[in-house]
Amino acid sequence: MRSPRASLRIARTLLSTQYAYMLEYRAEIALWALSGVLPLIMLGVWQNSGAASQAGWSPAQLRHYFVAAFIVRQFSVVWLIHVFEEDVVSGKLSPFLLQPLQPLWRYFAAHLAEQATRIPFVALMLLALSAVDPGLLWRPSLQKLLLGLMALWGAFVLRFLLQTLSSMLCFWSERAAALDRLLVIPYLFLSGLVAPLDTFPPAVQRFALATPFPAMVDFPARLLSGLPVDLGGGYLSLLIWCLILSPLCYWGWQRGLRRYGAMGA
Amino acid sequence: MVLARGLSKTYRIAEKQPGLQGTIRHLLRRRYRDLDAVKAISFGIQEGEMVGFLGPNGAGKTTTLKMLSGLIHPSAGELRVAGAIPQRRQPGFLQDITLVMGNKQQLIWDLPPWDSIRVNAAVYGIPEREMKRRVTELADLLELGEELHRPVRKLSLGQRMKAELLASLLHQPRVLFLDEPTLGLDVTAQGRVRDFLATYNQRTGATILLTSHYMGDITALCERVLLIHEGALFHDGPLDALTSKLSPHRQVRLELHQPQPREAFEAFGTVESHQDHQVQLLVPRDQLTDSVAALLSRFEVLDLEVNDPPIEELMRSLFQQAGRN
Repeated sequence: MRSPRASLRIARTLLSTQYAYMLEYRAEIALWALSGVLPLIMLGVWQNSGAASQAGWSPAQLRHYFVAAFIVRQFSVVWLIHVFEEDVVSGKLSPFLLQPLQPLWRYFAAHLAEQATRIPFVALMLLALSAVDPGLLWRPSLQKLLLGLMALWGAFVLRFLLQTLSSMLCFWSERAAALDRLLVIPYLFLSGLVAPLDTFPPAVQRFALATPFPAMVDFPARLLSGLPVDLGGGYLSLLIWCLILSPLCYWGWQRGLRRYGAMGA
Repeated sequence: MVLARGLSKTYRIAEKQPGLQGTIRHLLRRRYRDLDAVKAISFGIQEGEMVGFLGPNGAGKTTTLKMLSGLIHPSAGELRVAGAIPQRRQPGFLQDITLVMGNKQQLIWDLPPWDSIRVNAAVYGIPEREMKRRVTELADLLELGEELHRPVRKLSLGQRMKAELLASLLHQPRVLFLDEPTLGLDVTAQGRVRDFLATYNQRTGATILLTSHYMGDITALCERVLLIHEGALFHDGPLDALTSKLSPHRQVRLELHQPQPREAFEAFGTVESHQDHQVQLLVPRDQLTDSVAALLSRFEVLDLEVNDPPIEELMRSLFQQAGRN
């Protein structure tokens, strides 16, 4: 069993190395950040419809929600399956498997490093937005900000676990990333990224809340934007889904490794 | 240190016929075939031994190395490496081994090797000071210097391979599996890697299993070789014994005082070449002493040389035969 100090050293080294690596791809990351403007486009669409006001949302709440959703989206992007598929198919996973560290930690660190690289680009985009429309930004209380950031990080972990589970299909299929795209549709519609959940009919809302997707956008975005939110229910949902997915990922990993052919290596 | 008993690996492979009909059939009713990549091979390697692992492409060398290093699960058989079952990939086992693949790299492409080395040191729990000491020692042996601070993508193939070796050996593994570590290197770089491996083996007493297509690597480093052929173990023993097994003849070269007709030598063996004063014969091993004595008594010989045919030629003919079969 590794000591906490040794684990901390691994985390620090992995993060600093991955950050250095991501900085090499800063231009690409800036373009990725730019391509994540869907919530801002949806804001434009919803501002011109009366549906949000019918659901009891003021124009300011609507704007803050979609800007918060934009931030949540930026810092919970998970691209694991695309690199993992390449690594499994080409055998690049093999060197990681030969070391006494679960390879998924490397991918996790790479995601965190990519988020850190993204921060200045997202900040610039927000500044540009506030220059165009100062009412788009708001100042949340410290408590709300901390709770919101915790929920945002939880949303990222949940998305990472969900994609880890679908990534395990890479051990069986060479095109698992294509299967993962099937999850994009429910993610877009049930998470609150395209439309606030309050605007859905009650039955659809109930269905959405029974899935992990609202915890990935709706919950952290509401917290950050200061909208009324079920704090306990939201965190509980994050926790329960993480607890459900973790053993499934472990099971998939163990089964998948038996199938791994280390091709190309 | 390494023990394999009846080790086998079977891959299930989907087969597809060419053309549209084959494509449709492949889509609707896929056919599979079992490919026995490794067939019940057994061998053991003692601590500190350096063993060459030979075989033509597709013979099962890399599959065996992947099983030995725990990357893939064997289909059958028993396996122990450094006292552990490799496919369980327990941390203690992973601390004890390394696998270096000439065609794969663990170094981060866009960063200097130092960054990958730092990650490895953290993962293997090597303290900073000890890491620096080991890097200095290995870099000296490998003749690496400022290359460790240059992005990997800017290094030559030889420099990259040496940096790979350094990163792979940082945790001082007791067992090294080396799969074509000199692949694509020029003669000088090959020589350096060979020298390094010999020194590393002497200094640390590490057990080494080495595959290489360059016979020079094997003859320079390994007294014992395993030869795998179509998934089965063809030979396990000294390199000399392999030569005897592959070639039941020895090469006799004569330099004569007076030229003699070709027919005069045909009773002693197969005449490989005959030119003025020079004659080259292949003589059956069991008749070598008698034949040499007879040649010396019958002809006026200025010089006589007895050799094994070059191992490269023997291997090439064996592999070509395998290819034809």
